[in-house]
Amino acid sequence: METAHKRPNYILIWVYLAVLTGAEVGVAFVSHMPKLYLMLALLILAVVKALLVALYFMHLKFEKWTMRILAIAPLPLAAIFILAALTEKIW
Amino acid sequence: MTHVTDLMRPPFPAERGVESYNLKLGMWVFLASEVMFFTGLIGSYIILRFGVSEPWAAPNAVLNVPLTAANTFLLICSSVSMVKAFAAISDGDQKGLKFWLLMTILMGAAFVGVQIFEYTKLIQHGFTAAVFLEGSLMAEHALADPVKYGAATAGLYGSTFFIMTGFHGFHVTCGVVSMLYLFFKKALPGKYSQHDYRGIETIGLYWHFVDLVWIILFTIVYLI
Repeated sequence: METAHKRPNYILIWVYLAVLTGAEVGVAFVSHMPKLYLMLALLILAVVKALLVALYFMHLKFEKWTMRILAIAPLPLAAIFILAALTEKIW
Repeated sequence: MTHVTDLMRPPFPAERGVESYNLKLGMWVFLASEVMFFTGLIGSYIILRFGVSEPWAAPNAVLNVPLTAANTFLLICSSVSMVKAFAAISDGDQKGLKFWLLMTILMGAAFVGVQIFEYTKLIQHGFTAAVFLEGSLMAEHALADPVKYGAATAGLYGSTFFIMTGFHGFHVTCGVVSMLYLFFKKALPGKYSQHDYRGIETIGLYWHFVDLVWIILFTIVYLI
């Protein structure tokens, strides 16, 4: 049975993305945070922006789970790869 | 024009199982492989950047961050226009589809144009994929302040920068060419309708993915 979804407010998402991009540049060059906190803050902002694009522009928020699983499937592999790369120095 | 639509209603009878049509399913599988492609590039960057003991160039020392921040905003705008094109045709609005698709193409092309301009300026200043060119402005800066300009890691910085942003730029170019094809062959002759807009939804997924990858790359390459 089909259910109707209200279309997201794309312009509002665009405003969020613009504000977050401005915040990223501000955090990177205006704030004087320690390097580790700066990197964490920037990565969190980037992930939030990426999630907004994936959920609302790519409509993953409204997809059925079969499609969501297909979209999410490579992420654990990517995370393992990045973690392995980050620990390269330790090896 | 209605503001309530079933976003998951396939534009034509779906295949069994995933309740989607093959084109869209194929694009998601392709995008899954693209995630691993870009993860490979980012992983190599992490190993090269954090594996060296010598200092890496400061983010705003070599690259023009304000220009790229503006370019990032342009790509985000193009993602919005793409989704507006999708919304227009799912409401059966042919004019809206043509307008927003054309806007997306123009902004995508402008993004590539700005990237080419950025590359040209960087190479003129002596920043290449291998070294800071001898006698160039960048080489002089690196001599005066080797820590800020990462003199010892210039080759690694250059190669990772041009490989990551170059492959992304190639993806944007492919997207623009594909959209041009869809615009002239399908959208202009009115071949899309409220009941079948598979091509627009599928190219939209690709375009948003390219935007998403740039959001991550911009942070990693230009800000950190």
